[in-house]
Amino acid sequence: MSSPRVELLFWDGCPSHPRALAELREELAAAGLDPQSVAVREVRSDADAERARFTGSPTIRVDGRDVVDPGGEPVLLTCRIYHRRDGRISPVPDPQDVRDALRAALAEHGRTTPA
Amino acid sequence: MTLTIGSPAPGFSLPDTTGARHGPAGAPATVVVFTCNHCPYALAWHERIADVARDYAEQGVVVLAVNSNDADRYPRDSYTAMQERVAREPDAWPMPYLHDATQEVARSYDARTTPDVFVLDAAGALAYRGAPDADSDDPGLHAAWLRGALDDVLAGRAVATPQTEPVGCSIKWRA
Repeated sequence: MSSPRVELLFWDGCPSHPRALAELREELAAAGLDPQSVAVREVRSDADAERARFTGSPTIRVDGRDVVDPGGEPVLLTCRIYHRRDGRISPVPDPQDVRDALRAALAEHGRTTPA
Repeated sequence: MTLTIGSPAPGFSLPDTTGARHGPAGAPATVVVFTCNHCPYALAWHERIADVARDYAEQGVVVLAVNSNDADRYPRDSYTAMQERVAREPDAWPMPYLHDATQEVARSYDARTTPDVFVLDAAGALAYRGAPDADSDDPGLHAAWLRGALDDVLAGRAVATPQTEPVGCSIKWRA
């Protein structure tokens, strides 16, 4: 059975990526995936951002799909605004959004998350 | 140039979203906070800073929010966008929102992030510089570091913790 491809894209002008990576690795471990399997990519320039369709740091993608739909956000070297499920604004995605994205991807790969 | 605690903070006069001009001038304590429209850290801390402006107004504390970001690359930080934000959420702005179009004020304060908080004493000397509190994600912290600095300044004491590390999005400097 295959595993989902998990990526974290970040821009160094925003300090949120270490926390986002730590929380992502916790979710990977909880889902029975290798926490070290996440591909971490730095977005350094406008050209990088265009190529990666990067709408802000951090961006987490599972099998190429953003864990939170960026909607119509422009491609930009910036910090990304996330909304926690309780309504708070946050520099990182709600862990439940990451969890849901991993669970959906695992199902597509014919796998289930640990109970 | 990096401002040091105890040194005179630069004066300035900047327009708010109505065009009225503001600057640090003679208050028992003045908070200059560099902020913006597009940064999650600035947005997450905004209500806590607004609460400080409300809670300390009776003691004469003046809070000045300054947006210095390059609006050409970041249009959400344009003067028009600032005006629209204040018009959209007037109750969230008990302090003026000032436009630093030339970025000279941010440079004179050596501001690094949004938010980056500076507290000036009655003589205009820098008494505190740093973050509002320890965690942008925890509204329960109530901007405790900023409030502690104001309490010390208003009591005529040296600020117990005069410097913390500012945390947030980098100021977007013009190329």
